[in-house]
Amino acid sequence: MSLLTVKDLTLGYNSGSIIENLSFTVNEGDYLSIVGENGSGKTTLMKSLLHLQKPLGGEIIVSNDLKANEIGYLPQQTVLQKDFPATVKEIVLSGCQSHMGYRPFYGKKEKALARENMELMGILDLEKRCYKQLSGGQQQRVLLARALCATRKLLLLDEPVAGLDPKVTIEMYETIKSLNEKGITIIMISHDIAAALEYSSHILHIGKTIFFGTKKDYLCSKEGQSFTGKEKIYA
Amino acid sequence: MLDKIFFYLQYPFVRYAIIVGVLISLSSSLLGVTLVLKRFSYIGDGLSHVAFGAMAVATVLKLSDKMLLILPVTVICAVLLLKTGQNAKVKGDAAIAMLSVGSLAFGYLLMNIFSTSSNLTGDVCSTLFGSTSILTLTLNEVILCAVLSVVVMGIFIFMYNKILAVTFDETFAKATGVSADFYNTITAVMIAVIIVLAMNLVGSLLISALVIFPALSAMNVFKSFFKVTIASSILSVICAFVGIMISILAGTPVGSTIVAADVFVFLLSFAMGKKK
Repeated sequence: MSLLTVKDLTLGYNSGSIIENLSFTVNEGDYLSIVGENGSGKTTLMKSLLHLQKPLGGEIIVSNDLKANEIGYLPQQTVLQKDFPATVKEIVLSGCQSHMGYRPFYGKKEKALARENMELMGILDLEKRCYKQLSGGQQQRVLLARALCATRKLLLLDEPVAGLDPKVTIEMYETIKSLNEKGITIIMISHDIAAALEYSSHILHIGKTIFFGTKKDYLCSKEGQSFTGKEKIYA
Repeated sequence: MLDKIFFYLQYPFVRYAIIVGVLISLSSSLLGVTLVLKRFSYIGDGLSHVAFGAMAVATVLKLSDKMLLILPVTVICAVLLLKTGQNAKVKGDAAIAMLSVGSLAFGYLLMNIFSTSSNLTGDVCSTLFGSTSILTLTLNEVILCAVLSVVVMGIFIFMYNKILAVTFDETFAKATGVSADFYNTITAVMIAVIIVLAMNLVGSLLISALVIFPALSAMNVFKSFFKVTIASSILSVICAFVGIMISILAGTPVGSTIVAADVFVFLLSFAMGKKK
């Protein structure tokens, strides 16, 4: 079942468009990686999917089951967060805001949800620790748990492994994979083409030319071959 | 010394000063935490100068109730300043600096040209440094101040979880359907109200000290948002109370004594934080 359909999307700012005529579909359970060079508009696309920025043209159709606030988002970390005085629990709980409306305080339901997601991410023992004292990998897990509090349907990840060391990077990818296996749809922006090819089911390549399709088709395509640096793939 | 304190407490003006001091320091420290974390520490300073400019205009116009002009002007500037943070033709910090010195200069200029007072320097000095105005509060001013600070505290408590979410990650909050702009605007309005109120207490030059010092001191020692918020308000109230008492006993200016107490606590907390 399609969760998200993008039709003839044109993205950019007032000064001009970055991406034109972009169309693709994300089905439930997919693992889509968005790859492309710096400045090709990956983050702009992400912002449009999150309704943070209006597209210049075209449309983004969201399935009826998916409300606007049911997208979990793992943003790139900001400088501001690096020294933020808050415990892991406080941050994970803040992900529940999406279904709080104007209700001021968290109830039992939210606390249980936060606990469940901390357990899933293996950070329950860090619950009372201060966010700024955690390692990069642990911080990403906290933010993932927060995103899971917002939704269990669709996760948008913006370069989830940026700044992590190789061992933690693999752990992170395995975690995302296991979430995908639990039925959570994943859309991930990535610089790491090798990992994108290893883990995802679909690839969206944006740049001078646009490619969208399954991983297998991508490897045979022109874009795929130039980007992976392989002339010929024996898939 | 206790006798002396109780002796002074018999006077209503001393009680008023303490009530107002405690309320203002409490509400300013609550908002201080989110402002410091959002890198908006300087906004208190900028807005207080705007309030000074508005006060000068109100004096020149001979308004009987100056608040009627000062409060709306400061609130509007606060909302505008927090908005410019996002679509930046003039960057946030530059906008604050411009507005701040601009209104300070115009305020003084206006007072100088149109003032009928024989003691202009004294007037300006007491607006800038608060000097004795907190000891000459009328009952109506105390009531207005109490009502406004209680409202600010109430809103803060009800918005506490949203403020935490929006301060930590505005993009995520917006993406998951929290109206971050709405909460930012409310925060801006609240900070403007507090700053106008605090002009009576410490004068417009020292207000940002009330906003940032307690928050920074609390952050030196505590690691959770909740504890930081609570500690910040407790420290702020203690400093305000002690500052007012010292200034009455020793005859020092109220505003700078309170701020000196805040600085002292900050240094202590810094040492404590280093030790850990």
